[in-house]
Amino acid sequence: MKDFMLVGAIAILLLMFAALYRMIGGPTIFDRIVSSNMIGTKTTALLLFIGVLFDNLSMFVDIAIAYTLLNFITTLAAAKYFLRRRPVLSVDAIATDQKKEEKK
Amino acid sequence: MIDVISMILIGLGIFFFASGVIGLLRFPDFYTRLHAAGKSDSLGSVLVVAGFALYNLQPFTLENCLVSIKILFIALFIFIASPTACHAITQTAMALGIEPWRKGDKRR
Repeated sequence: MKDFMLVGAIAILLLMFAALYRMIGGPTIFDRIVSSNMIGTKTTALLLFIGVLFDNLSMFVDIAIAYTLLNFITTLAAAKYFLRRRPVLSVDAIATDQKKEEKK
Repeated sequence: MIDVISMILIGLGIFFFASGVIGLLRFPDFYTRLHAAGKSDSLGSVLVVAGFALYNLQPFTLENCLVSIKILFIALFIFIASPTACHAITQTAMALGIEPWRKGDKRR
């Protein structure tokens, strides 16, 4: 069972690295927000794996709860922030703006 | 027996995680990527967390029951919070005027 947990933890870690690729290279800012949300959700699962591997699940569950709450609030805050202040680096938003100006 | 069921649940959860990551890497547009990431991520993480809640129940004591209930609270919260976060991101993107990808457009 411990071996299965170790393999699962490594698999989730590799998936997190794959999501990190989209976070670094994502063309718009929203790709980065989605990717960071995804990595945070995976971290919750990874904390439970670590808890089983260290035989101390009751402690790591509290950390996982706190991490879930923080992840949710971070995503909402980022979404709200970019609603008020237009992202400068958003390629798509700039492209659509240019289209609208051409229509005018 | 409980070991096997929890292993199946955790394996299914990791499978859904993997499909979500593949969607995040390969879809052509922000909205389609969000479609892949949001749904598969919430389902996969709920499956993994439910598997751990079942695994932790093995010596059936009061303390373990309490920890399992805490783990199920994580699952409940993710089930509410993850779609809400996705909805908020989509709403922001629509409000900023990013157009959805149509067939024939180039990848972006």
